[in-house]
Amino acid sequence: MPEELVNLTIDGVPVSVSKGMLVIEAAKQAGVLVPHYCYHPGLPVAGVCRMCLVEIEKQPKLAISCATQVAEGMVVKTQSAAAKSARTGVLEFLLINHPLDCPICDQAGECELQDFTFQEGRAGTRYSPDYPKRFNPVEDFGPDVLYVPNRCILCTRCVRFMEDVAREPVLNVSERGDRAYIGVHPETRLDHPWAGNVVDLCPVGSLLSKDFLHKARAWELDKTASLCTGCSQGCNVTLDTRENVVVRVRPRPNLEVNRYFICDHGRMNYRWMNRGDRIEAPLVKRGGELHATDWQDALERVTTTLRGAGPRVVSLVSPRASTEALFFARELFRGLDWTGAFQVVMGEEAPLAGVPDLALRAERAPNGRGAELLGYGREYAAALAAAQSAAVVLVLDEPDIPVRAGTLIYVGTVLPERARDAEVVLPIANVAEEDGSFVNRDGRVQRYAQAKPAPGMARPAWWVFSELGAALGHGEPVGSAAEAFERVAQAIDALRGLSYEQLGFVGKPAAVPVAV
Amino acid sequence: MGFPHKPHPKETVLLSRYFGEADARNYKGWVKRGGYAALEQARAMEPARVVDIVKDSGLRGRGGAGFPTGLKWSFMPKEKKKPHYLCVNADESEPGTFKDREIMRWTPHALLEGTAIAAHAIQAEVAYIYIRGEFTEPLAIMDKALTDARSAGVFGKLKIHLHRGAGAYICGEETALMSSIEGKRGNPRIKPPFPAAAGVFGMPTTINNVETLAAVPHILTKGAVWYKGLSLSSPKSTGTKLFSVCGHVQQPGNYEVTLGFPLKDLVYELCGGMRPGRTLKACIPGGSSVPILDRAETESCLLDYEGVVERGSMLGSGGVIVFDDSTDMVYQIMRLARFYAHESCAQCTQCREGTAWTTKILERILAGQGKTADLDLLLDLSENMTGKTICVLSDSCAAPVVSGIKKFRSEFEDYIAGRRKPVMVA
Repeated sequence: MPEELVNLTIDGVPVSVSKGMLVIEAAKQAGVLVPHYCYHPGLPVAGVCRMCLVEIEKQPKLAISCATQVAEGMVVKTQSAAAKSARTGVLEFLLINHPLDCPICDQAGECELQDFTFQEGRAGTRYSPDYPKRFNPVEDFGPDVLYVPNRCILCTRCVRFMEDVAREPVLNVSERGDRAYIGVHPETRLDHPWAGNVVDLCPVGSLLSKDFLHKARAWELDKTASLCTGCSQGCNVTLDTRENVVVRVRPRPNLEVNRYFICDHGRMNYRWMNRGDRIEAPLVKRGGELHATDWQDALERVTTTLRGAGPRVVSLVSPRASTEALFFARELFRGLDWTGAFQVVMGEEAPLAGVPDLALRAERAPNGRGAELLGYGREYAAALAAAQSAAVVLVLDEPDIPVRAGTLIYVGTVLPERARDAEVVLPIANVAEEDGSFVNRDGRVQRYAQAKPAPGMARPAWWVFSELGAALGHGEPVGSAAEAFERVAQAIDALRGLSYEQLGFVGKPAAVPVAV
Repeated sequence: MGFPHKPHPKETVLLSRYFGEADARNYKGWVKRGGYAALEQARAMEPARVVDIVKDSGLRGRGGAGFPTGLKWSFMPKEKKKPHYLCVNADESEPGTFKDREIMRWTPHALLEGTAIAAHAIQAEVAYIYIRGEFTEPLAIMDKALTDARSAGVFGKLKIHLHRGAGAYICGEETALMSSIEGKRGNPRIKPPFPAAAGVFGMPTTINNVETLAAVPHILTKGAVWYKGLSLSSPKSTGTKLFSVCGHVQQPGNYEVTLGFPLKDLVYELCGGMRPGRTLKACIPGGSSVPILDRAETESCLLDYEGVVERGSMLGSGGVIVFDDSTDMVYQIMRLARFYAHESCAQCTQCREGTAWTTKILERILAGQGKTADLDLLLDLSENMTGKTICVLSDSCAAPVVSGIKKFRSEFEDYIAGRRKPVMVA
């Protein structure tokens, strides 16, 4: 059935939007961001901050654009004198009890109160300094959340998230009038596995992440579109880096996967990306010891080893490796007696009750589905047994290194003790240091981008395996992740026709049956 | 228990006829006085017919907004797909208003009968009577009346619950009242959806004031035409209305007059005029939320929905607060603002912050530390607090401030200029 469209004009721009859409969303389509605080597309409408007041022709009063549905022929004026003056009034009211402690506030620079005040607030306050401001002490809400009530504008996004999305209503508005504050149930803590989202939802610096506290000013951060590696859900995230150190992970909206949210497990799952004990140079065994060398030497050593070895090969790979890396690693052994396997760490599943098909999944790896698509199996124990008699064992960033008789080639980010007897060790980039893609549990192919440089001589794994493949005569090496993905898409039916350009940064479903 | 005055000859006693007769509180006593006959009459009719009669009578909501009652009932879905609810607003928290309290104290069965008729008209199977928490005595009386009438079987399948409020002014706002009945914080809700579409528990709901419903049995027994005839000026304001008069009059109390009655006569005749040696200075005609009238406006005002609007205020709930010339208007307005600041539910920014800020400015003016610019600031804040929020609590705080500054500006200026002794407010 074709979608019913409604035509309206917003600030002189004609738009056609679906019936039932809210004016504030329609305005975005007209290129207009109506200032707002309580409204959030991922939460039920509250209509309390009164910031998004706009003038609508033929309506006697200003209307809040977050609770007004579009209508045919509607003429919306967000910049009319009445609307602007009403919003300026709201901003003035919001600031009278606000401490204006931006210089020490974590939110400064990414604060909607700052932004909209700058945009249309009064230059000065008319609130006499003789009047006291509301004061309440900082509250420890939960494992990662601090509440600074003095900065709170009572938009209730946090309350609505816990009530309607997490469905664990532990927050409320306590007290009335200008004494009001966000209260937490006295016998509970804000420790829901998805509670950290309240910090992202808070438009001001009232709910803070203890983990991120005082780590950086917003303007010092570089932001990179990435994917969470915490489980097989494939939540879209942004990696915030300061001076090439990942300091924060935040959800990146993707209505098909994680809407506007990520779980706390994913949010906290980034410190390993900054590990200092990385392999920074290729290592080759010489005289029973590993010695640093250059890439050419190391790659030659691997090709020599592979050419001279028997036909039985076992690959043990990490389900955190990119689809591209897994593909080229598989291609190396085309025509040989090959077994490839991966293992997945399992944990407890933690659903977000208010969003269908969104959970911290028990399977704590981002690319198990991709590994399966490329022919790697889940029979890890069998693969370990096979490794005992294999001529060559290739381990890709998997710490569980088997006992074996044949030659070990270890490709990884860090060097586990048992990898020290490898013939060759090749240093690779981690997820924050390369471009790549994963296939999530539902078969959705999604890209992640490089957020910081890899240490030393470490290179993306797809580059390493593509170079090795070329040296072994399997065609030309690839020069970028996009090119690497093109090769994958040509070879793998499920990904046929897809490209980095097409995937964009929200991904596309692969032609695979959905995992159970 | 306060005893009511004897009816003044100029009063039209309809709702207040049995005020003071303890026997009228009893089920038997009420039936003896013709009670529950209207309910039987209504039950014999199609619900739509009852709605039409009330529409024809011109009855308008007595809680404050004055919305036509029959029209409100007609908004309920004709085809019943979900349970329908009736909510009776007995929260009566508007300062200066105490009419519903007396209706419940003296004629609880009048309210119950009106409730049952309304429930029939809107096809509701459940009615909630939301009684102000402080009304302990009316609650006890209502409770007994409900038990007696229920055991006499007058309600049939209709379930009537008494729900006691917990002391918040805002719970008298219809959508906040519904939230409160649902067990939630008493916060007003954004409209639409309107209660007739999604009210209490998300079901089609009608909310009526106590006095409105108490008038319904009379309309049924005596007819819409008769009720419509009760009108002294505007044909759009029909029937009688209880006015709760308080303040500097000789005989404060509830007075029932036909709509269109002169406010002057109410004050000077029915209430016995001002205290000796005092003259009228100002009057709030419709509960604390409406603009203040000065003496000339008061003395020329007709008490009906249109007449009070003509004088720049509103009929509201009929809570008439009378001030004589001894009154410090700045102080009175500060007390009103402080009340609203205390009662603001804290949802809307303008109300949460504006009511408190307004109070602080007024307190500072009273303390002799006000600035000339404060008056313009108050007016500007009031402008920002009017017509921009979910409910009208914010507007209610602004109304007395704006009208007060407009009509009694010199009193504010006296404090600011130091011509008047500062008042330290606790």
